[in-house]
Amino acid sequence: MQRRSLLAGSAALGLAAPGLARAQARTEIQLWHAMTGALGETIGEEVKRFNESQGRTTVVPSFKGGYVDTMTGAIAAWRAGSPPHIVQVFEVGTATMMAAGPAIKPVHTLLGEAGITLDPKRYLAGVRGYYSDTQGRLISMPFNSSSAVMWLNLDAFEKAGLSTTALPKTWREVRAAAEKIKATGAAPAAVTTAWPTWVLFEQMAAIHDIPFATKANGFEGMDCELQLTQPFFQKQMDFVLGLQKDGLFKYGGRDNAAEGLFPAGEAAIGFNSSAGRARVAREAKFKWASVPLPYHDDVIASPKNGVIGGASLWPLSAKNRPVEEYRGVAEFFRFLSEPALDQWWHQQTGYVPLTLAAYEKSKAEGYYTQNPGADAAIIQLSRAEPTPNSMGFRLGGFVEIRNIIQEELEKALQGQQTGAQALENANRRGNVVLRNFERANKG
Amino acid sequence: MERKTVFPQRLLPYLLLAPQLLITAVFFFWPAAQAVWFSFLRQDAFGIRTSFVGLENFTELLADPTYHEALRNTAVFATAVSLLSLGLGLLFAVLADRRIRGAGLYRTLLIWPYAVAPAVAAVLWIFLFHPQVGLIGRWLNGVGLGWDYKLNGGQAMLVVILAAAWKQVAYNMIFFLAGLQSIPPSVLEAAAIDGARPWQRFWTITFPLLSPTTFFLIVVNLVYACFDTFGVIDALTKGGPAKATETLIYRAYVDGRVNLDLGMSSAQSVVLMVVVILLTMVQFRYVERRVHY
Amino acid sequence: MSNAASTTEPGQRPDWLAHGVLALGVLLFVLPIWVVLMGATHDAATIGRGEVPLLPGGEGPANFAALFAGGRVGRMLGNSLLMALAVAFGKIAISILSAYAVVFFRFPGRTLAFWAIFLTLMLPVEVRIFPTFKVVSDLGLVNTHAGLIIPLIASATATLLFRQFFLTIPDEYVEAAKMDGAGPLRFFCDIVLPLSRTNIAALFVILFVYGWNQYLWPLLVATGEEVETLVIGMVKMIGSEANTEWNQVMAACVLALLPPVAVVLLMQRWFVKGLTETEK
Repeated sequence: MQRRSLLAGSAALGLAAPGLARAQARTEIQLWHAMTGALGETIGEEVKRFNESQGRTTVVPSFKGGYVDTMTGAIAAWRAGSPPHIVQVFEVGTATMMAAGPAIKPVHTLLGEAGITLDPKRYLAGVRGYYSDTQGRLISMPFNSSSAVMWLNLDAFEKAGLSTTALPKTWREVRAAAEKIKATGAAPAAVTTAWPTWVLFEQMAAIHDIPFATKANGFEGMDCELQLTQPFFQKQMDFVLGLQKDGLFKYGGRDNAAEGLFPAGEAAIGFNSSAGRARVAREAKFKWASVPLPYHDDVIASPKNGVIGGASLWPLSAKNRPVEEYRGVAEFFRFLSEPALDQWWHQQTGYVPLTLAAYEKSKAEGYYTQNPGADAAIIQLSRAEPTPNSMGFRLGGFVEIRNIIQEELEKALQGQQTGAQALENANRRGNVVLRNFERANKG
Repeated sequence: MERKTVFPQRLLPYLLLAPQLLITAVFFFWPAAQAVWFSFLRQDAFGIRTSFVGLENFTELLADPTYHEALRNTAVFATAVSLLSLGLGLLFAVLADRRIRGAGLYRTLLIWPYAVAPAVAAVLWIFLFHPQVGLIGRWLNGVGLGWDYKLNGGQAMLVVILAAAWKQVAYNMIFFLAGLQSIPPSVLEAAAIDGARPWQRFWTITFPLLSPTTFFLIVVNLVYACFDTFGVIDALTKGGPAKATETLIYRAYVDGRVNLDLGMSSAQSVVLMVVVILLTMVQFRYVERRVHY
Repeated sequence: MSNAASTTEPGQRPDWLAHGVLALGVLLFVLPIWVVLMGATHDAATIGRGEVPLLPGGEGPANFAALFAGGRVGRMLGNSLLMALAVAFGKIAISILSAYAVVFFRFPGRTLAFWAIFLTLMLPVEVRIFPTFKVVSDLGLVNTHAGLIIPLIASATATLLFRQFFLTIPDEYVEAAKMDGAGPLRFFCDIVLPLSRTNIAALFVILFVYGWNQYLWPLLVATGEEVETLVIGMVKMIGSEANTEWNQVMAACVLALLPPVAVVLLMQRWFVKGLTETEK
């Protein structure tokens, strides 16, 4: 019912001719996003609440495909002179957007011009750090943040004779559990992961406090270099290849292609974004749990915080864009920063709460005791004070770098090269991308 | 060839030519010239900072081992697609050309894949070879063959070749049929009277007489495999796994669209333009002259 | 026609072999389509579990209804139709005019114009993809029907075909027209157009299929749902394969392949003629 009225509303908006004398001319704000299905509907609901809450601005959300399509579409539109007001860009695109200078309007400038104050401190440290400049000012608007967590099929664990209360915490324990699952045939495959590079390398570097790249993972300058040939990555790569060699690991494809294997019961241990929670809850026909990512206990005794994934909202500039449109964007952002809305978004989607207030409130209301494991990502994000290695990544051309690592990993999994060669190649090719980005953005 | 009688008007022909020349100038010559110009530039994603880098894009491109890999993939892919679709097209054409019952029906049933978009053809093959939902893919896994084109580069290449060739067989068959039907029956009758067996007749008489068609089709198939199959690769493998199915055209797309590197993508366009012009010259210089009609 | 092979001669292999191979070929071509047709009549779970059905199920109407709900697929279908028709008619219109100019007139720059058009034969849009996209974007045509269609209208094949054909129109026709006092436009409408009917029909089939099946160009230009075509939309529905509703993809796939296949089969005679004559 609600959805129908939403559709009817947006249809009416589309039909209203611009010249029609309506009592109050509302400013229209275009929002391009990359959320399908239930998440897309949640954005629609959020926007509807904003549009009804005030009389000056109408936000029009439109789905533009996956993250890459949305980002490149917006860039193409900016070059063509007709960009949307707001575009949702995934965390991997952050450095590219930050380097875009006149194309973007930093959030702190935007809010300042509209006379709106927003204390960045209200956001969780891991969230704030990722989207701020070196002076701690917000450049883009935190929106949907997640972290990677480990999902366990407890029915399969039971079938394999494993404990369903003392769950694996370290990679050693994950391997032991996987061996039992395979030996007993409790599930078709033991371990799989969505977002392979994000989970297996980026998150692991942060958790173990190992630099992924020099210059604080790029935060301190574009002249950073990847550190993938360091011993830790070698160890991690060998560990993954070892799992695969012993038939314990099933590679399910790039990006989120493997996301469906865990809820379908195809793999008993799955790594994925915490935002996959809604899907697991809907589809899994078995008892399950979500816990923080495992770590190597011979590398670090108490793991650091993981990094966030997900996306943020970027205000784009355009020639002759009227002041009131920027003001509309600013007001929408203020609306989004309300802890109550944030709490609703968090519980609705499985993304982590962005503000401390929303987290505290959810906790106080007993949300996490009713939904055990829903705080796994939050615990993982906030269990330690972020170090330069766990603040996040600000690497130019990161989309390409991630694809390069995936390609080299795929080659190693196919047995076409050793783990050491894969890391060396990924490091070399990735650094070429970094240098090109540096040169292209200096001239 | 020229007409003897023409109309005397002076202005009218220019007006008649104007639409096509205008579109050609704006959407063909201008972009082609721009491609050459951009290939000497380096630009950030938004096009805010531009610098002239001379031949750097080309030297980087030609030194890049992954570009050599894309070149190799393209060669393997184009050769396999052409051979497979030409071979099957010829086989079906020869059989459907015989006066057997229902030859017309067979022809109808064999030509329609021509109308299927390459991307749609790829999706059809997903339903055959997908390791989880595909008919044949599941069966292969069931008998323990370890089928997964999303991880195994060789299998991925095989699937894109099959899908691309499948769509092209119909096209080749139509041309071979037309070629076969233009061979004078008397030639074959004479050979039959001389006692030549059908197989022998085919190789010594029919096939050489088909050579103009064959050479024409080789060029067309190579061009098809190089450029029109973008949809097949994008829908099936996206160039993966590990770039195993990345062809030159897919590479140009990834660098331009995903990696937002206009200079590098343009440099590749220039390389491709040179290749196509060479191919076309081969077609005109070599094929048209040397092959006897 | 190849009468030589008509009667069974000594040494001629029997027909059943030919029938067998041809039937196998037909099967090879039909199987993928059959799988998709049948898949489109089952629910998502059946296909998701990998039980690829070879017999029709009862979910067909529901799948297509779901597909059209929301209006997105309907719009894609409309866009595809518009694009295929506009590309076909646009190309035919501008080529028949330019071919007429090149063949029936003498004017300075005639050879140059002919070669300028002929050159476009060599470079398909895929080869110069990003520079073309940039030009369209500079003109503000991204995500418009004009941007989708116009750049594809410029190509030489149709012009060459009409030129070949116009050269075969007897001189007497032109002379007679001149004696009657008919001008070039009158001659074009009364004589040339009617004579070109079969060529136009043949070209229409090929260009309709060409326009409908475009992939890379719409993928770049259609940045929004407004101008998205069915082929693009269908492939996008597969997405990352993580949340794919395969039965819907199959239904969309059926929609995406039906119109061009229908055009080719219904206009088979012109199609074969058009194909073999445009390309030679």
